[in-house]
Amino acid sequence: MNPERSPNLIMRLLDSDAGYKFRSSPVTVVAGLVFVLMIGAALLAPVIAPFDPFDKGSIDLMNSLLPPAWNSGGDPAFLLGTDNQGRDLFSTILYGTRTSVFVGAVSVSLAVVAGLFLGLLAGYFGGLVDAIIMRIVDIQMTFPAIMVALLIDGVTRSFLSRDQHDELAVFVIILAMALSIWPQVARTVRASAMVEKSREYVMAAQVIGRGPWLIMARHILPNVMGPVLVIATINLGVAILGEATLSFLGLGIPAGEPSLGTLIRIGNDFIFSGERWMLIYPGLTLALLVLSVNLLGDWLRDVLDPKSR
Amino acid sequence: MSLLAIKNLTVEYPSRKSTFTAVRDVTLSVERGEILGLVGESGAGKSTIGTAVMGLLDAPGRVAGGEILIDGQDARSIANLRGARVSMIFQDPLTSLNPLYTVAQQLTETIRTHRRMTRAEAHDEAVSLLDQVGIADAETRITQYPHQFSGGMRQRVVIALALCSQPDLIIADEPTTALDVSVQAQILDLIRDLAVSRGVGVILVTHDMGVIAQTADRVAVMYHGALVEEGKTAQIIHDPQHPYTQSLLAAVPRGERKLDRFPSLTYQPDGAPAPQEMTLTDDWLRSKGKDENQGTGPLVQVRGLGMRFLTRNAILPKNRSYIDAVKDLNFDINRGEVLGLVGESGSGKSTVARMIAGIHAPDTGSITFDGQDMAKIASSHERQALRRQIQMIFQDPYSSLNPRMRVRDIVAEPIHHNRLSETASETSRIVGDLLEVVGLGAAAGAKFPHEFSGGQRQRISIARALATRPRFLICDEPTSALDVSIQAQILNLLKDLRDALDLTILFISHDLPVVRQMCDRVAVMRNGQLCELAETEALFEAPRDPYTRELISLMPSL
Repeated sequence: MNPERSPNLIMRLLDSDAGYKFRSSPVTVVAGLVFVLMIGAALLAPVIAPFDPFDKGSIDLMNSLLPPAWNSGGDPAFLLGTDNQGRDLFSTILYGTRTSVFVGAVSVSLAVVAGLFLGLLAGYFGGLVDAIIMRIVDIQMTFPAIMVALLIDGVTRSFLSRDQHDELAVFVIILAMALSIWPQVARTVRASAMVEKSREYVMAAQVIGRGPWLIMARHILPNVMGPVLVIATINLGVAILGEATLSFLGLGIPAGEPSLGTLIRIGNDFIFSGERWMLIYPGLTLALLVLSVNLLGDWLRDVLDPKSR
Repeated sequence: MSLLAIKNLTVEYPSRKSTFTAVRDVTLSVERGEILGLVGESGAGKSTIGTAVMGLLDAPGRVAGGEILIDGQDARSIANLRGARVSMIFQDPLTSLNPLYTVAQQLTETIRTHRRMTRAEAHDEAVSLLDQVGIADAETRITQYPHQFSGGMRQRVVIALALCSQPDLIIADEPTTALDVSVQAQILDLIRDLAVSRGVGVILVTHDMGVIAQTADRVAVMYHGALVEEGKTAQIIHDPQHPYTQSLLAAVPRGERKLDRFPSLTYQPDGAPAPQEMTLTDDWLRSKGKDENQGTGPLVQVRGLGMRFLTRNAILPKNRSYIDAVKDLNFDINRGEVLGLVGESGSGKSTVARMIAGIHAPDTGSITFDGQDMAKIASSHERQALRRQIQMIFQDPYSSLNPRMRVRDIVAEPIHHNRLSETASETSRIVGDLLEVVGLGAAAGAKFPHEFSGGQRQRISIARALATRPRFLICDEPTSALDVSIQAQILNLLKDLRDALDLTILFISHDLPVVRQMCDRVAVMRNGQLCELAETEALFEAPRDPYTRELISLMPSL
């Protein structure tokens, strides 16, 4: 569109303010690379992974508890060693990251949609609508995510068979995480919407005759997205950690399916018997993933903060 | 030896791609007891000089060349320069005092930082300072918190605070911009007195030529970081040499007489094209909607209008307390006239505008537009038809445009909403014409608001208001956020549009000289009530109401 700009989209992105802030912070660049690498590996798990942890036929109990390949007694076929069932740890970590990222992304998306909608309503209309929505938010915030998960888990267990429950386990976790995150989004959106509502461009839209729904959708929503994106990235880390915590406690993701949380739970049982790799590598993956997401969230906050421009 | 000597000062702000020179090779001096006025429009670098003297430049700004000498000594080598030698008075008295401490605490703390005094001595000194800056009953008022003082009183406290350390030089950065005219005159008198009685040098940074004319001994005019002219105040005001100073002075609205247009003498040193005169090429703007009835009588009739705000809520209605923002207001706006609505902050003039524009619903009274009572229209279709004819231009060009929308979408929104065009190509042609009419050019449509200056944004705002083909325009302080030269252009544009399109305008302002230039009749408001309504010339020449008389006598003039 613009002839004096460089034609390449990537070059243009790197040249923008956001790109400059990205390039000028080595920490952010490393976090970005780690994030892209891990997400890429998780998405491509079926292609990259040497073994399929869901394929019972490829698992041999004889291979259980092998140390990483570079240790004595390690097998070059199993790069990071194997777990107590003989599954290749590297492959299970790849699949586990996939589950964790899926749970994180979906729960955060749900929370953002709900929080945006209710936060906009509360901030724009104020008064009774605001009071009702914000009291719900306050009540929701008094329940920790784990308690919500326990509650939903308990309720679903009571009327679902064990197999059905295992199938739905992922969604129980997603729902629990979304429920614990949406109040934060709603609060942020409400505060931003109240600020934007008092600006004159909203008044100008009212003078034109635009109704409240159009004003919210066209004028206020795009202007509150900045803080929401930041909250969303930071909570992506929270959600991934939350999934790991809940799986570690034995709620949600059943032990047979790999997620970073279940892997850590299994690894935890073996920490004193010397098979430390079963805990260390999934734990390290989780830590790196969450750290890189949080660092990217910080960068996003810097870029989107109008005061820092 | 001069109290302050600035020699060849250059201040730079290095950024990623280039270095912005905020102040370029400026040489200035201030003597004891002298007030130096530093004027220029926004971005001229006048405040930067003040902060450079204080040594408070924000990173990454730096002094790239030249020196700042105080009594012949390099300012950067003076220990405790800030406070002890140089003090500062800031623009906004609402934010320059700490709300959590009483005035006494803030004053005595500052005094004791700079002078060896016991607490009791410092307290006595603080009381006497408050007394000197004209605060009555200083002994009791000193125990109060900043929020218990009015804006003007707070600025007096800020001045007292600046005097605590007995400085030699005071830098006053727009000290009266946030204040009403009646208070402004008092504060300027106070600064004047202090300079003379205490022998303090003052740098008065301002964009307002009227303030300079009243207060300063000498004037330095800045343009784009450079000093263009310096001299005695009388000489600069009456016989400016540099073309920029001449254009700046020509753009200041005069309170003494009415002109047809503001002289469009715009200084363009780099040969940039001057803003174009308006050309109405398209007659879309002039074509009338079919729903307009051309009645007779006043276009807008306001009867018994009132609105109150809740100040204390309670469950029982009888325990609630209210404040009347507007009370029992009656006036007419005739077809084709420009009615000025003036008043100080808090007089309720913006509330009136918003009620007429339909943003707030009045609590009492009625507004009749073209014979129809606005509150009694039942069908939403008819209400929208009426609303289309009333448009508004807002005060702050930085918040009245949605930053996430392109200019063409901003201008097209009212056209879409009122279904004033049949096809997308017709809409974009109309939008292009509108941007052409307000002097921006159709190409501006592809950009975002932040790519424009304040004056250009106000033009976008005008284009948006015109997009519904309104008959009645409400302008709420349309130029108070703009520089004088830009103000002149915008006011000229409004005048031209009014003539070309036969608009009726409600022009709200606190700036009396501007009102005199723009309006046919003027209404004066105070505390939500109407003081006086008269023909402009009659009102300015022979005001009847004492409040109007006071306002007019305080009007700053060159």
